[in-house]
Amino acid sequence: MKKTFPIFGILTAILLSCALYQALVVAPTEQTMGEVQRIFYYHVTSAWTAFILFTINFVASLVYLIRRNPAADMVALVSAEVGIVFCTIVLVTGPIWARPVWGIWWTWDMRLTSTLVLWLIYVSYLVLRRFSSSGETPLLAATLAIFGALCVPFVYFSIWFFRTQHPQPVIGGGGSIDPRMMHVLLINWLAFSCFAFLICWSRYRLEKLQREVEQAQAMESLTQSSRSPR
Amino acid sequence: MNGYLIAAYTATWIIHIAYLSTLVSRYSRLKREIEELKKK
Repeated sequence: MKKTFPIFGILTAILLSCALYQALVVAPTEQTMGEVQRIFYYHVTSAWTAFILFTINFVASLVYLIRRNPAADMVALVSAEVGIVFCTIVLVTGPIWARPVWGIWWTWDMRLTSTLVLWLIYVSYLVLRRFSSSGETPLLAATLAIFGALCVPFVYFSIWFFRTQHPQPVIGGGGSIDPRMMHVLLINWLAFSCFAFLICWSRYRLEKLQREVEQAQAMESLTQSSRSPR
Repeated sequence: MNGYLIAAYTATWIIHIAYLSTLVSRYSRLKREIEELKKK
C-alpha cells in the first residue's frame, strides 16, 4: 500500500505530461477558432471530472444518511472539495476561452449561470462543514449535498432545454468532432481522472489522520481534566 | 502560441498547485500536532 501511492503518482505525472503534449502538439488545430480551441481539452475534461466527483459526493452522502458511516462522510467531504477545485477550473478557463471566441468574458446564460450556482452550492457545503460546530454537521451537509447534486444534471442538460450561447455537448449533443480531437480529449480525461483520484486519495488519508488526531486530543484533555484536583 | 491558451493552461495548473499546497500545509500542521501529542 505504501508503494502503490508513489507508483500511481509517477504514472499519473507521466500520463498528464503525455496528455499535455497531445493537447498542445498532436491534436489538430480547429479551423474556425484556431489555437485557442485547445483550451477545450482542459475545460471539458475538468467539467466531466467535477461532475463525476459531485456524483460521488451524492452517493456517499446518501450512504451516510442511510447508514451513518463515517467513511462515507469522509468520501463525501473529499469528493466535494476536489470537485470544487475542478469546477473552479471550468469557471476560470471558460471565460478565458469565451473572450476571443464570443468577444465577451461572461454572459448570464443558463449553462454558465447554473455552473456558477453549482459551484456556490458546493462552496456553501464546505463552509457549512468548516464553520459549523454542531454534532449534526455531517447530517446537514449530507442533506445539502443531495440538493446540490440535483443541480448537476440541470447544468449538463441546460443547453438542451434552454437557448444558450454555450455550444452543444461533445458526446450526445448531435454535433460532430474530429476523431483525433476525441482521442486527445479522452486521453486528457483519463489523465485528469487519475489526477483527481490521486488528490482524493491523499485528501482522504489526511482527513482520516485529522479525525484520529482530534480524537486523541479529546482523549488527552479528558485525561488531564480527570487528573487535575477538584 | 495563443496568449489565451497559455493563460488557461497556466491558470489550471496554478489552481491545482495552490490546492496541493494547502494539502501539504495541512499535513505539516497535523504532523506538528501529532508530535505535541506524543510529547505529552
